[in-house]
Amino acid sequence: MCDTCGCNVTPGNAELLKPGGKLSKTTGGHEAIGVLQGLLHENDHTAAHNREHFRKHGVLAVNLMSSPGAGKTSLLEATIEALKEELSMAVIEGDLETENDADRIRRHGVEAVQITTGSACHLDAHMVHEALHRLDLASLDIVFIENVGNLVCPASFDLGQQSNVTLLSVTEGDDKPAKYPVMFRASDLVLLSKSDLLPVLGDFSPDTARHHLQQLANPAPVYEVSARNGSGMKHWLHWLLHEMSQLEQQSGAIHPVVETAGPATCLVLP
Amino acid sequence: MHELAICQALIEQIETIVHRHEASEAKRIELRIGPLSGVEPQLVEQAFPVASAGTVAADAVLVIDSLPVNVHCSRCGSTSSVLPNRLVCANCGDWHTTLLSGDELQLFRVELVAGTPDDKSTGTAPERASGRTVN
Repeated sequence: MCDTCGCNVTPGNAELLKPGGKLSKTTGGHEAIGVLQGLLHENDHTAAHNREHFRKHGVLAVNLMSSPGAGKTSLLEATIEALKEELSMAVIEGDLETENDADRIRRHGVEAVQITTGSACHLDAHMVHEALHRLDLASLDIVFIENVGNLVCPASFDLGQQSNVTLLSVTEGDDKPAKYPVMFRASDLVLLSKSDLLPVLGDFSPDTARHHLQQLANPAPVYEVSARNGSGMKHWLHWLLHEMSQLEQQSGAIHPVVETAGPATCLVLP
Repeated sequence: MHELAICQALIEQIETIVHRHEASEAKRIELRIGPLSGVEPQLVEQAFPVASAGTVAADAVLVIDSLPVNVHCSRCGSTSSVLPNRLVCANCGDWHTTLLSGDELQLFRVELVAGTPDDKSTGTAPERASGRTVN
């Protein structure tokens, strides 16, 4: 939605706002201004700016969201190990306190910018924008934004990402999509993390989780992954590479095509 | 939890509007917050006095409207009113639906008092800072 082209004036409300319309004057004679602007207008503006930064540099930006402790950092560590020879990655870490997660990422030789939000329960576009100034986007292929562990607030703030990925660990309830519809409706991919624990838990049904996601009219794929034993990781990595190719198609010829006599290089996934 | 941040963004928008229209203050603020916006109207109402203290919206009445969660079914073509966590077609049960309303997070309308902004528009930094910590 925007407040410049009028796309947020719908057939349902346009009549009310016309001069002489029901909402154009007030009983007290005060001036009534129809605004129809998103409440997070400033955030959305900065998010659009971030998105343009990413697009211009052909960088895939992935916003990772989950409850605290669902395994976002472990997933990133395993992802970095699998892809670091082929792709250049960086991580923006959001936590209320500590640099612990950023330190874990840095140990894998990947740049990490830690945002400590203090008491804020989510990242917003302004925080990500500041973090972007500390990264050399021109040298990167993927930026992972590890949001604050929280299934509520992060869903309301656009950061400028291309994709939302939500982790639901199998130690949580399989009805989480029904309990947190805003976040799961906004997810482009759902990862059922810690899937190596499924046999010992017994009460988490991946099919039930899929069913609840479908009830939100969300066609997003759902993969079972374990960063610990690597099972299912190839589906997630394939999805990432697919998102990258989509981004390249959307942005046109950002990466120069170099013709070589030899066979085309391709990524070999574990 | 993030409703205070939402209110602070709202106050910034109101201040811009008041100055743009050379008004003195906002008297009534109407929002539209849908059940699928991720924002709880009741918490916005609680956070509003904290965020608006010392600003041009300090005396404004806050009115929050919520639109029903409506979906359009791409299979049977019908429109139905549904629950926020069950967005399937109420008519045929298919899940291939598009949301028509229910995710709004909008500043809909503001009533302003004519006149030039007085000291209300400049609420001092310490006042506002202390207001934020009350939460």
